Amino acid sequence: MSVVFKKPHALADVPLHYCPGCTHGIVHRLVAEVIDELGIEGKTIGVAPVGCSVFAYNYFNCDMVEAAHGRAPAVATGVKRANPDNIVFTYQGDGDLAAIGTAETVHAAGRSENITIIFINNAIYGMTGGQMAPTSLVDQVTQTTPYGRKPETQGYPIKVCEMLSALDGTTYAERVAVNNVKNIRNAKKAIKKAFENQINKKGFSIVEVLSTCPTNWGLAPTEALKWVEEKMMPVYPLGVYKDREDV
Amino acid sequence: MEKVLMKGNEAIAEAAIRAGCRHFYGYPITPQTEVSAYMAKNMPKVGGLFMQAESEIAAINMVYGSASAGVRAMTSSSSPGISLKAEGISYIAGADLPCVILNIVRGGPGLGGIQPAQSDYFQATKGLAHGDFKLVVLAPSSIQECVDLTMEAFDIADQYRMPVMIMGDGMLGQMMEPVTFGSYEGRKLPEKTWATNGTGLKRAHNVINSLYIDPDTLEKTVLDRDKMYQKIKETEVKYETENIEDADIIMVAYGTIGRIVKNAMKKAREEGIKVGLIRPVTLWPFPEKVINEAADKAKAFISVEMSTGQMVEDVKLAVNGKAKVDFYGRTGGVIPSPDEILAKIKEVAGGIE
Repeated sequence: MSVVFKKPHALADVPLHYCPGCTHGIVHRLVAEVIDELGIEGKTIGVAPVGCSVFAYNYFNCDMVEAAHGRAPAVATGVKRANPDNIVFTYQGDGDLAAIGTAETVHAAGRSENITIIFINNAIYGMTGGQMAPTSLVDQVTQTTPYGRKPETQGYPIKVCEMLSALDGTTYAERVAVNNVKNIRNAKKAIKKAFENQINKKGFSIVEVLSTCPTNWGLAPTEALKWVEEKMMPVYPLGVYKDREDV
Repeated sequence: MEKVLMKGNEAIAEAAIRAGCRHFYGYPITPQTEVSAYMAKNMPKVGGLFMQAESEIAAINMVYGSASAGVRAMTSSSSPGISLKAEGISYIAGADLPCVILNIVRGGPGLGGIQPAQSDYFQATKGLAHGDFKLVVLAPSSIQECVDLTMEAFDIADQYRMPVMIMGDGMLGQMMEPVTFGSYEGRKLPEKTWATNGTGLKRAHNVINSLYIDPDTLEKTVLDRDKMYQKIKETEVKYETENIEDADIIMVAYGTIGRIVKNAMKKAREEGIKVGLIRPVTLWPFPEKVINEAADKAKAFISVEMSTGQMVEDVKLAVNGKAKVDFYGRTGGVIPSPDEILAKIKEVAGGIE
């Protein structure tokens, strides 16, 4: 009997702890498939964040480093600069990357650090139980915005791809989503390109993935997928924001 | 061996390069910026990396990354910058990573000043950041000692897989003295089989991590590390003693003050007061045994510091009630003069007669 579908080698054969309907599992798989296809598992080092995907260090078979909250791009810089032939990626959520770790993110891009960042944007802090994220939408109800996020008091969502594409150091920035099969396939292409850029020494690449958090959004998994499309995409349009051909 | 005249900050940087450090992450802050400048100029000559990070926080996390990858990494700063690095140092300790951190201490709290101080003693030895952990803290008092201890710091870090701090002050950083390199003989060190430098598909993945959700597992890792700390307390204590055999009064002083008190000791002896000195070279582990033994004979101790009295608490613990423990200090960047220290010695001598 021929095997037509199996777990990627780079993905550890362990149960994931994610909630039902959470899309972290999909994105983990896409990253692992890309690592397999590029044949880079043996020289790849992943940097895990603080947040729901903190245990990512148990889920990938490549070497892994767990960073402090928000510090993954600085840690990845240290790993990459120690062994420039290694392939180094970070996997970070929105609180980690766009709140507490904004400086590390912006300056890794500014230096055009030759690393790959997978950025999960689900507009909420998941691990701590659903507080406002820098990417939470206007009027979005969270535990810390019980009356909705109001621009007068909590400001506006931070658009990471748009912000980073203003920097010369950003080689590649694309926003994708994993809410349907077509978008998942496109997300994989973007993730693959972000790793290929690093292999080809092109500098800083980031893929922002619009993801779900059914638990903290208070939605059923299928409704959460719809919420990505109906609520998030108008604020966070999908597409390539930066793709420097000249590096 | 050839002698070269060097500033403390530059001598430490050169010693780090000679110790095989090729990854230095810095951020400008007075009075240690010469370290970064020296690294920026000289690292490229040996194929090494100097990086000016966007913040102290980023710099220590870059050290964390490079240490994870198995290379010798270092950062340096001064007091307010070390406070910013505290988070990263806790993670480095929790993940059992080796690295060297230099603190050229200035007066505080807050922005404080830029003149020499020893007011970060508590921070370095008692609780630099959250969690049960220790740093080995080395306190040189000459430029030659800056060189020798910096080279040894990397070996201590690698041997025990832990962060090592070199603690100096602005005076030591800026002062020039002749030094020689190459006198330090390295230790035999274990291979870094734990490093995250790629599995090569030949081994299970390595994970660098300080998170243990299960309390029993976390407790075990902390207790195992504590066992190592207890071993370090047995094997890594360093100190210098002078005139303690017949001393009635023993001064305890480290770093820059460890030199200044020698003048006061000389003057006191000329006046017939039997004064000795114990100069801790390791602030952690603290040389408590030698102090405790000396307290069998000496009548009084004076802890002399550039702070309002921090190390004096460790001196009291070490003396353990066997003798009187007094304190003299100036702080905020003010350096006590030998005459001021002599006056204190006379006051204490009057009290024990």
